[in-house]
Amino acid sequence: MSATITAPAYRIIPIIPALKPGAMEDSKSFVANDKIQEALGFPGQLVDGWHDRAIARMGELLGKYRSLKVFLDACVHCGACSDKCHYFIGTQDPKNMPVARQDLLRSVYRRYFTTLGKFFPKLVGARDLTREVLDEWYTYFYQCSECRRCSVFCPYGIDTAEITMAAREILDSVGYGQKYSNEIIGKVHRVGNNLGLPGPALLDTLEGLEEDVKEATSIDVRFPLDVKGAEVLLVTPSADFFAEPHIDSLIGYAKVFHATGTSWTLSSMASEAGNFGMFIGNYEHLRKIAMRIREAALELGVKRIVVGECGHAWRVAYSFWNTLTGVGDGADANDKFAMMLQKQLDHRYKQPLHICEFTWDMIEQGALSFDKEANDKHIITFHDSCNVARGSRMGDFAGGQFEIPRNIIRAVANNFVEMPSSTTREQTFCCGGGGGLLTDDLLDLRVKGALPRMEVLQQAVDEHGVNFMATICAICKAQFTKVMPIYGFDRRMVGGVHQLVSNAIRLGNK
Amino acid sequence: MIGTLFAILFYLATLLFVVGLLYRISIYSHTPAPLKIPTTPAPINTGGVVLRMTREVLFFESLFKANLWTWGLGWLFHASLVLVLLRHLRYFTEPVWAWVAFIQPFGMYAGITMLLGLAGLWARRLFVERIRYISAPSDHLMLVLLMVIAASGLSMKFLAHTDVIAVKGFILGLMYFNWQPLPDHSGLYVHLFLVTVLLMIFPISKLLHAPGLFFSPSRNQADNPREKRHIAAWAKQLDASQLGPNDMGNAK
Repeated sequence: MSATITAPAYRIIPIIPALKPGAMEDSKSFVANDKIQEALGFPGQLVDGWHDRAIARMGELLGKYRSLKVFLDACVHCGACSDKCHYFIGTQDPKNMPVARQDLLRSVYRRYFTTLGKFFPKLVGARDLTREVLDEWYTYFYQCSECRRCSVFCPYGIDTAEITMAAREILDSVGYGQKYSNEIIGKVHRVGNNLGLPGPALLDTLEGLEEDVKEATSIDVRFPLDVKGAEVLLVTPSADFFAEPHIDSLIGYAKVFHATGTSWTLSSMASEAGNFGMFIGNYEHLRKIAMRIREAALELGVKRIVVGECGHAWRVAYSFWNTLTGVGDGADANDKFAMMLQKQLDHRYKQPLHICEFTWDMIEQGALSFDKEANDKHIITFHDSCNVARGSRMGDFAGGQFEIPRNIIRAVANNFVEMPSSTTREQTFCCGGGGGLLTDDLLDLRVKGALPRMEVLQQAVDEHGVNFMATICAICKAQFTKVMPIYGFDRRMVGGVHQLVSNAIRLGNK
Repeated sequence: MIGTLFAILFYLATLLFVVGLLYRISIYSHTPAPLKIPTTPAPINTGGVVLRMTREVLFFESLFKANLWTWGLGWLFHASLVLVLLRHLRYFTEPVWAWVAFIQPFGMYAGITMLLGLAGLWARRLFVERIRYISAPSDHLMLVLLMVIAASGLSMKFLAHTDVIAVKGFILGLMYFNWQPLPDHSGLYVHLFLVTVLLMIFPISKLLHAPGLFFSPSRNQADNPREKRHIAAWAKQLDASQLGPNDMGNAK
């Protein structure tokens, strides 16, 4: 299949594409087998009576999530979101328009939960939940990367990600799960990270990194693991431990800690910042994965928790960790669960802190210095990652998640240019591989979904000679290194912000 | 006879509208929002949220970012509707409040701009391929309903006048339970009947976007998850199970 995958043509001007109904109806990611499903407590196969169970689960979710209830009711089909999804732009399949994707679920909601849908289904576009509808859910709710771009433009803030998460949760609850996401969730529960890298292998990798950095810089930069009493616990996506270009950013974090004399540690228990529990919309798994960080923090007695370059992980950490595990501030005094951890943490700093916040803070304090010329070979642009841009923040002002990474780049490099503003900051396009879609069985979708980003990157290359696109997300990095060659770019054009930091940072003799 | 029918219809419609809407609002307000999901960059405090919501409600800020045509037509319709509704207060007040009298001429023209906005929105629904694809029959009918209400109202001003004094008498009679006859006028019957239809379907249709906006977590939440622990009651129970039977817990 992958041999036939080619990049779609760039649009001459960014016009809104014509509809191609059914264009992606066959693009379906692999379904999870019994073993994968049962390890997560989901039924192994599509259960008998799936219809009633699915409707019942929908009812439960409607009672638990105001977002779902309001979003299913409020849509007026105005079409504001209809041309905003990168998958729609790249595939032209009308069911990839956010409103149409929502309507796959909304039509069933209306049939079973609303007066008009019960009595006049045709009038309001309501329909029965049939096997065909269930299959359609599986196909198209695994063609959404939960990037929230549509929610920026919706006059009611309807967030398709919330609908997608609910649909995936319903599908899992009747035994119809996705292999890629659920296999990874199984791994993190079993081993501690998405890649299934066990503690000894991790230790080995980190020792290897120490040697590499020593060789390159002749300085002893440490990569500590499971050090009790360290000041900082760094939680980072496991791809940082060996994937390219991710590892170069991990080296960058270590150099920042080294240069600032910060005592830090990684944890084998919490060797994964990523949390695919969010992707499948399952609160219990979301929470259970996040609990590993709490447990590691309590065990190691750290004062601060810092998160590496990972988009959805930062959304979970920033927006959800306090709720899920108490990693944060401002719990009630009688909230024993949260206070147990919050008493331990040092609240002169934000908890959790993004590595970019840490580094920028150190730069502002003058604790770091750089040879910016070391990055002169690069003409750099910055790709805002969707979950950082629209699901989190950095710093203490709205929009800090846009300014702080850019500030760091400007501090460590001389050549920085922006891509068009309709594709950056809150309006950034997803890389095309987020939300549990970073799997080769969806490569065609991933390539097409990258189209709008590739178009403006090409423009930046043509106009400014850009040869490096920095980003702070493990999924973005993996996705771009895979799809950029298909668009004719060098895969090494993509890398992390801390990769640039690593290139330029002065160690030792500051 | 027809006056009695309309009186009954109005009481019924008002009841369904008020009770239905309150019921909806109570469901929305009682359903927990377990996670912080404001679409960022979001205001970091409540004051900022009030400003964001105000911009959304008054100026349709997000829609403005999305599509200028839809924004222009939608805003024209909604702003006109507000003026038209305020103008109609003259039928419910005696003596007419001074500011209602003041906006009377603007309200008349707003009826026309409202119709124009609706016509534009319907044209978009009919002729733009993407919007046509996502439109259900009810989406078209809702626009037709509003257009006929507007057109029948305007027809009483510009084509075939009705006895507005008597109409006002009828409405005041409804309000004070001192029922009066309704003038015999087909345009008026159409206008009033469709208004009652609109009131009745409001709480069970997409017109719920009006209250829905105020309950939308992606718009009404402050972006402060690190500073304040946000937790729903059902999620809180999971914490308790983690702490274990001796309450102080022993996570490690």
